[in-house]
Amino acid sequence: MEHTGLNLTLKVWKQKNAATKGAFESYDVKNISTDMSFLEMFDVLNEQLISTGKEPIAFDHDCREGICGMCSMVINGRPHGPWNGTTTCQLHMRAFKNGDTITVEPWRAGSFPVVRDLVVDRSAFDRIIQAGGYVSINTGNPVDANALPIDKKLADKAFAAAACIGCGACVAACKNSSAMLFVSAKVSQLALLPQGQPERSSRVLSMVDQMDKEGFGNCTNTGACEAECPKEISLENIARLNREYMSAALASEE
Amino acid sequence: MGLTGLFLISFLLVHCGINACIFLNDNGETFNKAAHFMGTNLFIRTAEIGLFLGLLIHIIQGLVLTYENNKKRPIKYAVNAGNQNSKWYSRSMGLLGTLLLIFLIIHMGDFWTHSRVPGLVGGLPEVEYDGVVYHDLYAKMVEEFKEVFVVILYVISMFSLGFHLLHGFSSAFQSLGINHSKYNPMIKSVGFGFSIIIPLLFALMPLSIYFGLIK
Ligand code: SF4
Ligand code: FES
Repeated sequence: MEHTGLNLTLKVWKQKNAATKGAFESYDVKNISTDMSFLEMFDVLNEQLISTGKEPIAFDHDCREGICGMCSMVINGRPHGPWNGTTTCQLHMRAFKNGDTITVEPWRAGSFPVVRDLVVDRSAFDRIIQAGGYVSINTGNPVDANALPIDKKLADKAFAAAACIGCGACVAACKNSSAMLFVSAKVSQLALLPQGQPERSSRVLSMVDQMDKEGFGNCTNTGACEAECPKEISLENIARLNREYMSAALASEE
Repeated sequence: MGLTGLFLISFLLVHCGINACIFLNDNGETFNKAAHFMGTNLFIRTAEIGLFLGLLIHIIQGLVLTYENNKKRPIKYAVNAGNQNSKWYSRSMGLLGTLLLIFLIIHMGDFWTHSRVPGLVGGLPEVEYDGVVYHDLYAKMVEEFKEVFVVILYVISMFSLGFHLLHGFSSAFQSLGINHSKYNPMIKSVGFGFSIIIPLLFALMPLSIYFGLIK
């Protein structure tokens, strides 16, 4: 494959901390290999900046293989860039053309304040999980993994929901900054399995309650979250969350 | 939103069905009689109160929802690529709804008030069928739709309605938790058909009266 060198202009959001106002800054990068990931392109740029005594750009990253959910950035108006079903670390520079100007912004949402540059504080998600995204397990001898029969179709749906990596692209993409796709994935993966039954009603009530407390917006079913989710979590989960919530609110004794 | 939306959808069906009687080309006789039934039947008149309540809840909920959600992103994106992940009309339900609300106020001023508060705005013309006197709502329609501006307003408003329904119909089911591989295709196609046929029929009413296509 051809390793074309790309010359690009980057417009990147720079912001010192949550208290200061940020602004866009322009950078030129030269001879970027199309085989690089978007993050590697940032590594090259940061090396350049450091060697010339300038401040590098702060961005979140960890696994660099699409499973940790850290690499949050909005590239040309789309969370994780132009490719569907990928994270930023999986986005390759061949998605761009020589001479392109690329605008990079942090996740924008009141509930995800900017920490620095492209890094945002997603601890609101952690607090939602703490509110109910767990199951109680008895201590004692480990039970054989396959001792409990589970309908294959349900297991598949739970597995698909469990693919959510908590990246927050759903919130970043939603015009209402709603966290419904994330919460619905977390509620679904447990509500569908027998292990999740004991806390089933209390879980959905407290997780939704926490979601509202964190200041996320209300879902209006635009479907932007599903389209931008790197793990392609289905809107079906939001419908399930609505069902779970309604039946818990109406029928449970919580 | 979903529950009241579906309720209003059922109203649209009835409203459109009755008004479509004008296409029978009987100088509005069937239509006037149907409208008379709707205006005098006790059950329908009670349901009308429910309709206004549902409408009011839908409007208030919608406005509050739009207002609340607009506050959730204090700093906006510099580059927006919304069209690549969602439909413009799904993102513009508040705007489309507001346009419909304005239309609704004008529309009720045009027709509803004349039949319900004639003392205030002047009553409707009358017509006699088999010795019984009816409101001639059809004559009122013909009079209203002589004006080209009114016709244009009505037709444009039906575009708002169509796009509002295109999102709203299936969205209502999703909000109520109904998203199922067995029923999704049906909800989608019925919703699509409804969003086109109902506004189209409504839009054809002022158009055909203005161009003298019905008698
Ligand atoms: S639902 Fe998708 S977009 Fe949202 S946090 Fe999970 S993986 Fe990320
Ligand atoms: S760095 Fe882990 S998903 Fe991108």
